[in-house]
Amino acid sequence: MKDKPRIAVFKFASCDGCQLSLLDAEDELLGVAEAVDIVYFPEASRTMLKGPYDIGLVEGSITTHHDAGRIQQVRRQCRTLITIGACATAGGIQALRNWKDVDEFVRVVYATPQYISTLKMSTPIAEHVPVDFELRGCPINKHQLIELITAMLAGRKPNIPAYSVCIECKRRGTVCIVVARGVACLGPVTQAGCGALCPSFDRGCYGCYGPMESPNTGSLTNQFRILGQSDQQISQSFRSYNAWAWQFRKASEECERA
Amino acid sequence: MSGGGKTIRVDYLARVEGEGGIYIKLKGDQVQDVQLKIFEPPRLFEAFLRGRHCSEVPDITARICGICPIAYQMSAVHAIERALGIEIDPAVRLLRRLFYCGEWIESHALHIFMLHAPDFLGYPDAIQMARDHRGTVEQGLRLKKTGNRIVTLMGGREIHPISAAVGGFHKVPSKTGLRSLVEDLKWALDASLSTARLVAGFEFPDFEQDYEFVALSHPDEYPFNEGRLVSNRGLDIDAAQYEEHFTEQHVKYSNALHSYLRGRGSYLVGPLARFNLNFSRLPEIAQQAARDCGLALPCRNPFRSIVVRAVEMVFACHEALRAIAEYEPPAAPRVEIPGRAGVGSAATEAPRGLLYHRYEIDERGIILLAKIVPPTSQNQKRIEDDLRHFVPGLMTRPAEEITLRCEQAVRNYDPCISCATHFLRLKIDRE
Repeated sequence: MKDKPRIAVFKFASCDGCQLSLLDAEDELLGVAEAVDIVYFPEASRTMLKGPYDIGLVEGSITTHHDAGRIQQVRRQCRTLITIGACATAGGIQALRNWKDVDEFVRVVYATPQYISTLKMSTPIAEHVPVDFELRGCPINKHQLIELITAMLAGRKPNIPAYSVCIECKRRGTVCIVVARGVACLGPVTQAGCGALCPSFDRGCYGCYGPMESPNTGSLTNQFRILGQSDQQISQSFRSYNAWAWQFRKASEECERA
Repeated sequence: MSGGGKTIRVDYLARVEGEGGIYIKLKGDQVQDVQLKIFEPPRLFEAFLRGRHCSEVPDITARICGICPIAYQMSAVHAIERALGIEIDPAVRLLRRLFYCGEWIESHALHIFMLHAPDFLGYPDAIQMARDHRGTVEQGLRLKKTGNRIVTLMGGREIHPISAAVGGFHKVPSKTGLRSLVEDLKWALDASLSTARLVAGFEFPDFEQDYEFVALSHPDEYPFNEGRLVSNRGLDIDAAQYEEHFTEQHVKYSNALHSYLRGRGSYLVGPLARFNLNFSRLPEIAQQAARDCGLALPCRNPFRSIVVRAVEMVFACHEALRAIAEYEPPAAPRVEIPGRAGVGSAATEAPRGLLYHRYEIDERGIILLAKIVPPTSQNQKRIEDDLRHFVPGLMTRPAEEITLRCEQAVRNYDPCISCATHFLRLKIDRE
């Protein structure tokens, strides 16, 4: 019998939510565990086997010198490396420091700043090592995670669309809240994957799946101005969980300069 | 902190690679030093919350923890509502209790079955445990799923749900929607009772400590979002007085701040504290479950916290069923945010214990100052104290067993850095 593929889960700066998605796949978890060997997953197991690994799932962003070194080792051990979630794919909410003085930030939180070792920037994994697939979301969608692992093992392309949240809204029959109610919504520039949750809860999308493929952020910025938002407000809406994704970053900086 | 001529402490830091760990220094059979090390890189939430609009705070602070996002959302909205003088609709209050029930069930089931039970049954993880105890693990997963179903129905998804808002919810569920949960919850109530019986049969080390327990306490109900902050040693304050009584210290070896009760030292928050301080507010079915499990008041054996978690799961299922039965949708899902300035603090009961937030807000609704004290940083010092007293009784055991028992002693607290505490390597330094 062929050896089962070895899977490892690594954590960098993050909230644990994306790796928890694997444990939240309550119906699939025991099945997945039979199809693959989860050999390194500290959140779930004391058993931690050494690499090499067939698939490495990486959660979190790089925020310390130490982690910048560790991701190089992780890459060398993983045949396929997949980043999961907004921290790993875009630097996460902690990338808000990238526009500020990180030393001042540390002083706000800690009484003895010299104990804290941190980088000036929070950066995505792909800024440090080559990444084979980036799974978006804050948090990721567990069904997309299962689809991705299944596709990787079968050697096929995963069915993970790069179109916008608008398509998902249309599909579930949600009336457009921008058009009907004048609510500011990042759906037109945000990648699908969540199932267009926020508009179905009567609120605008806040962009937690990051920019869609070729988003028209300029046009959306104009729409937000028509809705009465200030440039500072618009800049902040692009600056949240995927603030450092280049399309959102560019859009937020353009508003800041305007 | 002298390492004598040894530099093991530094070596250890290099090897643990960003995860947490324990460091224990012994001289003969005397414990000289215990450190719970947390290497979780700082993410600096309190700093970048400044300048954001208060309506964003529940979504942003949820991202502190993927395992208990609702706790962060609840402490945030209550603190902001107190700052701005917002009164919420009683139906919203009920829904928030239900929302919290979902998180408690999900989080407690995760900890009982997947993180803690393997210690008692002798497995490295729940997946290995499932080979011999498939039914138990499946029951745990189904319980966890039931908690997650409440969260998903009310908040769109189990991790970082999107419905919580300052003043209420963005959208509230329908009565019919909530009723669809009833069958699962009835099953979960029975399953929680059988879980309590199961875990009560585990073997517990003979270890008790004279703790100062700290939890919210409400005159009529087991606490989630409201009540005074009380302890078994006479503390009885409003959340607004929290910082007069508690202080945080920054120690060199941890990126999480240590909390102390001023002039008294370490204290314990979480299920044990809630249970001991609020037993009479549990519904009869949960009280009876506790008695059947042999839990006497006060329970001072931290290893029995797994039983208390199961009893709290019984409560949460019962409470969820009560909330669903009583629910009438509010006239409006939320109250608008008034344009005024203010300072407000609140504490709520996260699955792991007290979670304190304070915000200073200007008249445009912009956050000027944020302070967040999570349960794990409050328990950190207490965990070290437990280890200090627990280790001497283990000295004759093999090194591997000492390591495992110490890990288990940390897991008693279900620390929010669960990945870090599942990565503990015990370093014993003998002089």
